[in-house]
Amino acid sequence: MTPLSAAPRLRRGVKTAYDETRACHVVLFPEGVLVLNETAAAVVGLCDGRTSVEGIARRLAEEFDGVRAADVAELVDRLVARRVVAVDG
Amino acid sequence: MGEVPGADAPFGLLAELTHRCPLRCGYCSNPVELAGRADELDTAGWRSVFDQARAMGVWQLHLSGGEPLARRDFAELVGHAAGLGCYVNLVTSGLGLTADRLAGVDHVQLSVQDAEAAGADLIAGVRAHGHKLKAAEVVRDAGLPLTVNVVLHRLNLDNVGAIIALAERMGADRLELANTQYYGWALRNRAALLPTREQVARAGEVVAAARARSAMEIVYVVADYHEAHPKPCMHGWGARQLTVAPNGDVLPCPAAGVIEGLGVENVKDRALSDIWHSSAAFTAFRGFDWMQEPCRSCVRREVDFGGCRCQAFQLTGDASATDPVCSLSPHRGLVDLVLAGGTAPVEHRAVVR
Ligand SMILES: C[S@@+](CC[C@H](N)C(=O)[O-])C[C@H]1O[C@@H](n2cnc3c(N)ncnc32)[C@H](O)[C@@H]1O
Ligand code: SF4
Ligand code: SF4
Repeated sequence: MTPLSAAPRLRRGVKTAYDETRACHVVLFPEGVLVLNETAAAVVGLCDGRTSVEGIARRLAEEFDGVRAADVAELVDRLVARRVVAVDG
Repeated sequence: MGEVPGADAPFGLLAELTHRCPLRCGYCSNPVELAGRADELDTAGWRSVFDQARAMGVWQLHLSGGEPLARRDFAELVGHAAGLGCYVNLVTSGLGLTADRLAGVDHVQLSVQDAEAAGADLIAGVRAHGHKLKAAEVVRDAGLPLTVNVVLHRLNLDNVGAIIALAERMGADRLELANTQYYGWALRNRAALLPTREQVARAGEVVAAARARSAMEIVYVVADYHEAHPKPCMHGWGARQLTVAPNGDVLPCPAAGVIEGLGVENVKDRALSDIWHSSAAFTAFRGFDWMQEPCRSCVRREVDFGGCRCQAFQLTGDASATDPVCSLSPHRGLVDLVLAGGTAPVEHRAVVR
């Protein structure tokens, strides 16, 4: 699992957008389109290469109830597997 | 987060801007009846297609062909698509690719024919390999993600290890190794291109080993004639993506023009969204109701959608039959017969102007 101290960033060529047709946030990347729920969109928005997983969880906790750093790390894992996000070192 | 469902609105548009191409690949999946420049949609026609597609919910715009860079209005078309917010994927042979042409492009998929120039240029019918290595540099210098695409067949499958090494040297983020799909010129050249079972097995092992060690993502499209089940074509007919051919014909997949009586409609005659939602061509094989046995009652029907409609038509004459590569198809014998047949020399794709 992604360490809580790691700072994920979007990979090269990854873009985010709001989809009016489907009323949700999406990630656009070479392989296709990923539809995001509200939490995932918030996490992706904080993957700036500087904020750690723990930091992302703290920021999310200001907006959403019951955010756990472990859940954020798991979501980041899934984004890494889809090659949307990279975690260096 | 989730996988995109079989949605009402399409996510991707494959825009085949032209069939013109400086290469003459013997494996080319373009139709045997190629459209010439005079048949192509004009600039306003393509702009309107992009506008309509974006309004329908399309994000991914694959600019392909033929060679999309052969369009004189390429820069204007990319600019328009980028302005709409589309994710612009340039699918190219690399010939004619310069830094200025990448403005507005988000990702490049560059085709390479083989690990070394001699074999590559032989199948391409022209000397192109050297240009591709330069094109890859241009993409990297622009800071764009690069996918290298290599079509595999009898003549290059044994070189798959060297092909993987080449893609790594080119700095690819992704490598798509696609065993030849038999449409268009590839179907015509099938006897020359079909690999042996031993070649397929060896290549599979080399790819698996490379995947385990490489930082590059390696996508492997299997040789479906050698498989027991068909490929999940297009993730379902008319489910996620549509194709617009050079002349404006709107197709559920790039090969669908071969199916006789499909009722293909053209963007010059009807709105793209009407064609997507209600044309005969798009509704013919949407969902599961059109299926015959053995697909109708098969547990895999939501995995592979009964395979490829074009392949079913090409090999059995019935587009709603089970894809004959399936081991459960009553027509599987047709595929085995082809596999048992002899080889032949490759013929190059025709030139169109
Ligand atoms: C038809 S080409 C057009 C774009 C450009 N001329 C090129 O070759 O990259 C689109 C993509 O399909 C691939 N392709 C062509 N013929 C194929 C076949 N018979 N089976 C699988 N892929 C094929 C090409 O390698 C390329 O990546
Ligand atoms: S596959 Fe080869 S011949 Fe066909 S369009 Fe691409 S480069 Fe041209
Ligand atoms: S019978 Fe049809 S659904 Fe079942 S595996 Fe074969 S092609 Fe797929």
